[in-house]
Amino acid sequence: MSLQIEHVTKRFGDFTAVNDLSLTVGEGAMYGFLGANGAGKTTTFRMILGLLTPNEGRITWNGKPISYATSPHIGYLPEERGLYPKMKVEEQLLFLAELRGMKRSDAKREIGGWLDRFEVPQYLNKKVEELSKGNQQKIQVIAALLHKPKLIILDEPFSGLDPVNVEMLKKAILDIRNSGATIVFSSHRMDHVEELCEQFSIIDHGKQIVSGTLKEVKRSFGKQNVRIRSDFKLDALAGLPGVNSVKPTVEGAVYQVDSDETAERLLTEALKAGPVRQFEIEEPTLQDIFIAKVGKEHA
Amino acid sequence: MREFWIIFKQAFMTKARTKSFVITTVLVVAGIFLLSNLPRILDSIDGIGGDEPTTLKVIDASGQLGDPLTAVLQANESDITVEPTEESEKDLEKQVRSEDIDSFLTLYLDETNTIQAKYTTLSSIETSLPETLRNALQTVQAGVKADELSLSSEQVDSLFTQVNFEKNNISASAKSEDELNQARILVYILMFVIYFAVILYSGMIATEVATEKSSRVMEILISSVSPVKHMFAKVLGIGTLGIVQIVLYGIAGFIAFKTSPSEATEGIGSFFNFTDINPMTLVYAVVFFLLGYFLYATLAALLGSLVSRTEDVQQMIMPMTLMIVAAFILAASGLGNPELVYLKYASFFPFFTPLVMFLRVGMLDLPMWEPLLAIAIMLVTIFVLGWFGARVYRGGVLMYGPSRSLKDIKKAIQLGKE
Repeated sequence: MSLQIEHVTKRFGDFTAVNDLSLTVGEGAMYGFLGANGAGKTTTFRMILGLLTPNEGRITWNGKPISYATSPHIGYLPEERGLYPKMKVEEQLLFLAELRGMKRSDAKREIGGWLDRFEVPQYLNKKVEELSKGNQQKIQVIAALLHKPKLIILDEPFSGLDPVNVEMLKKAILDIRNSGATIVFSSHRMDHVEELCEQFSIIDHGKQIVSGTLKEVKRSFGKQNVRIRSDFKLDALAGLPGVNSVKPTVEGAVYQVDSDETAERLLTEALKAGPVRQFEIEEPTLQDIFIAKVGKEHA
Repeated sequence: MREFWIIFKQAFMTKARTKSFVITTVLVVAGIFLLSNLPRILDSIDGIGGDEPTTLKVIDASGQLGDPLTAVLQANESDITVEPTEESEKDLEKQVRSEDIDSFLTLYLDETNTIQAKYTTLSSIETSLPETLRNALQTVQAGVKADELSLSSEQVDSLFTQVNFEKNNISASAKSEDELNQARILVYILMFVIYFAVILYSGMIATEVATEKSSRVMEILISSVSPVKHMFAKVLGIGTLGIVQIVLYGIAGFIAFKTSPSEATEGIGSFFNFTDINPMTLVYAVVFFLLGYFLYATLAALLGSLVSRTEDVQQMIMPMTLMIVAAFILAASGLGNPELVYLKYASFFPFFTPLVMFLRVGMLDLPMWEPLLAIAIMLVTIFVLGWFGARVYRGGVLMYGPSRSLKDIKKAIQLGKE
């Protein structure tokens, strides 16, 4: 049950929205899509859903192209609202669940459980437009998950939610992942991706500029920070090969280096000069990687 | 097909359950009953309003006009009582000014034995009383003149013998005058129904599609069901809603006119006496309503799929609305003379056909091929529009941004293909 995207390119006229994108999401995996606004995330999702056809490449789910026959197994949360403002919560969820091939009676039973879980059972007979943005988002998540899809696509699921609700939704998503569903989601919140995803891609202007598991990406980023605290001046160390930049701190400096070897050499050199109080190799955060990669592309 | 019915049901039920739909339906049904009982209601109001026996003070200078006037008024079953008075004109004028009396009449015969009458009143809108008096005086005058010429009453009668005038239209397509008058009213009513239904429901569809688009529900919908299916389910769902509503009105109207008192059918009801109507007119009304609806609804869905915000819907469907209005104006212009040449041409233009061809087929005896050809043209247009609409729709529903012009159709087709 894996989702496979192979060399997919999507052009609108002269504009290339997605350029040669390839990735594989294994069954039961959670895949993160990072990218600035307009990077091509939503276009990619629309292609996965079959709303748009790629100009080149192919997208398969279990080795078969995605079609309307597959749609009962897919859950989709569009970027915003995604609900009828004037329909009541229950009617709406029943309608969307039925469309995804669920039996009305089954759906009715499940809805209660979900609303309780998200602590909003009182909204069952309220119109969606009467709900706050956060509560609407909860209803929308229910709509995407209700029919127990095998492949779930979430476009910015956490936007507009307070931290308590974010935790609640994260837990729901993790639970459904643990029950075997494959999940692809996009975000521009690095911490969510870092926390939830085994694998991810960073997309910029339609190009996949980084992809892989978190560990691989961090390793191959080739830049890590080395923090040294000492009682003496560390100026001499700045000239070592492999050191990209130095940021002085109160009692030492933070060096950005290109490899583990450089970090080791830094330590050796520092120890030669005198006692070192602290030496730490800091892994780059996703934030660093994103800014470095996307920022460079923009430059 | 399952998804088709789910969307059909959703389009129908959510609209049918809205307050505005229920209220409109109830109000119109109430209006139909009110209208059908209008004569009875008016009769009961009459007691309060006017028509009480009126007493009119008359200054009769000649002294020989008062009695004949009373006699004529009585013969006409008028409820005006003439009260001869000796009071002076000035006194009476004062009484009128102070509103003690409504009016008075001054009469005298001039040197040629012609009645000179003056009706004095404060009211400027009263027309029926002076008119009744004038007619009565005319009769009195005739009597005076007849006396002068020493004519017997038979001779007078023979002078006023009515001409026998009969209209005999031998044009192949014309209907008899009676038929035509009845047809005119029926056609007029049905034209209104078709016009409003088409404007109302196609507007509803465009708004509905735009709402789904702006709320992004559309993306969920069309990832479960093809845009084409979605579009036609929507058009059919709301169309069925319209038919249900109109059938309700029809039943209400039928019951209302059947149950309204017989005297009422002699009043306004006699307008609605459709006994001589060709049942084919009703069949054509249904056919043209359905075709007109589907034509405009498909167009509306197409246009609705191009806008991203419900606020832009009205602007987008404006050309379509203007087309319906034009059709209505054309058809209305033909109510008086359905044989106008331009109507013949207009009735074959699919967007005008539902109203204009219906007018012609309802009021003229057209050769069978004319309505059939128009229906065929409409069916082809609906088919083409449906096919074209589906292509635009596929892309249109995915298009966001400030799109609000017809140029976007090209963009939408492009996107739909990709």
